[in-house]
Amino acid sequence: MSLIAVDGLSVRYGENTVLHDVSLAVEPGEIVTIVGPNGSGKTSLLKAIIGAARPAAGDVRLKPGLRIGYVPQRLHIDPTLPITVERFMRLTEKVARTDCMAALDAAGVPDLLKRQMSQLSGGQFQRVLLARALINQPEILLLDEATQGLDQQGSAAFYKRIETVRAETGCAVLMISHELHVVMSASDRVVCLNGHVCCEGTPAVVASAPEYRALFGTGTGGALALYRHEHDHDHDHDNPHSHEAAE
Amino acid sequence: MLDDFMTRATLAGIGVAFAAAPLGCFVVWRRMAYFGDATAHAAILGVALSLALQMSIFLGTVVVALMMAFAVTLLAGRGYAMDTLLGVLAHSALAFGLVAVSFLSGIRIDLMAYLFGDILAVSHSDLLVIWGGAALVVALIAWRWSPLLTATLNEELAYASGIDPKREQLILTLALAITVAVAIKVVGVLLIAAMLIIPAAAARNFARTPEAMALIAAAIGGVSAIAGLRAAYLLDTPAGPTIVCVAAVIFAAFSAFGWRGRSGV
Repeated sequence: MSLIAVDGLSVRYGENTVLHDVSLAVEPGEIVTIVGPNGSGKTSLLKAIIGAARPAAGDVRLKPGLRIGYVPQRLHIDPTLPITVERFMRLTEKVARTDCMAALDAAGVPDLLKRQMSQLSGGQFQRVLLARALINQPEILLLDEATQGLDQQGSAAFYKRIETVRAETGCAVLMISHELHVVMSASDRVVCLNGHVCCEGTPAVVASAPEYRALFGTGTGGALALYRHEHDHDHDHDNPHSHEAAE
Repeated sequence: MLDDFMTRATLAGIGVAFAAAPLGCFVVWRRMAYFGDATAHAAILGVALSLALQMSIFLGTVVVALMMAFAVTLLAGRGYAMDTLLGVLAHSALAFGLVAVSFLSGIRIDLMAYLFGDILAVSHSDLLVIWGGAALVVALIAWRWSPLLTATLNEELAYASGIDPKREQLILTLALAITVAVAIKVVGVLLIAAMLIIPAAAARNFARTPEAMALIAAAIGGVSAIAGLRAAYLLDTPAGPTIVCVAAVIFAAFSAFGWRGRSGV
């Protein structure tokens, strides 16, 4: 069965309808990306999925007992709240110290265990957030603009890591992103959202869809070119296997 | 042993300090200082109602403090900034409370005792209420510690982990109302927020984890109560304010050391 099944979902804030009749399903092991302009309801959709926003109509069904790994868009830690990386890793799960260390190792940020969260750089912080989300072997990762504040290299590395995680653990990924070209190369399926689902399909199909072009206008050509370029580049040099495994 | 009024006062002070410390940490982390103040100020209205209706002051203040908290939640996001809203409600509650007390002409009450505490007059039964309430608050917060912390860090993260941040907020509100009710006798409504915020803020300088901060805050609160009472006895000063003064001096000293420690970083 689907990990997440959204059926005819509408979300309203007061008079304002932000999502209208949205249907979407995420199957085990697939990487689905939601793209859309600002105010298109991307974050509201994710909120409805985790139960932070109440549907005005339709429903959201999660597989019973679904283990979710959530990476928030921004995590502001109040300066009055002292918290080490180790304590943060154990925020919602009881995890042994060795498992924390292994998770941080895998995330490429070893030796941070005793550091204060407030002392981390943006990139380190994001890796710790991802490591925490992964520590309980989630069946699905939810990423809300997880690369905000990272430079282009940093976010490319971040998405590469997501692909590796999926290849290694088979966990599904549902993410929101505004970085079209990077995201395109990493996704199995792209859902283009603008209050409703405009179009949906493989990255290549969505990128050439008229609805998508209407939304993202002149940038589309560039995004697609970049997408193709990075796609080819991956096949030629870096890791030819990861992409084939994904297909 | 409990027949000595100083012993009872000291135990009462320590009881309030222990309840206020972990709760105070959340008040500081969640920037609820004014919220705590408003709830505490509303308690004087609770005192007036309790006396008028001849019911337990503990119960009356808990009920009014809770009503205050819900009023704030209800009115939040309706066009006024939070600090404005809290300022209006806190001072209105205090003013209405003082006026209400003045209507109770039949009963002789010492207003100063409720405004600034009357810790030296703590009776056996007061002590029972204070320690019972404090134990309840500590148990509530210990039970919900992890979900409370998660909800404080990030609401979406909490939802994704199956935690309802609204419910956790409710638990904090309840703990705050109980703390206010037990602290009236010790420091009075005007200084309750001080017992919440000052020890927690002082502890921040030397804590590396949330748990350590709560424990250090409890120790600072306890020391302030003991040393404050002793100082009040020696200097013949009002006990409640003296306890807060000691906490403030500890805060100043810790902050100075904390800055020195951090200046190299």
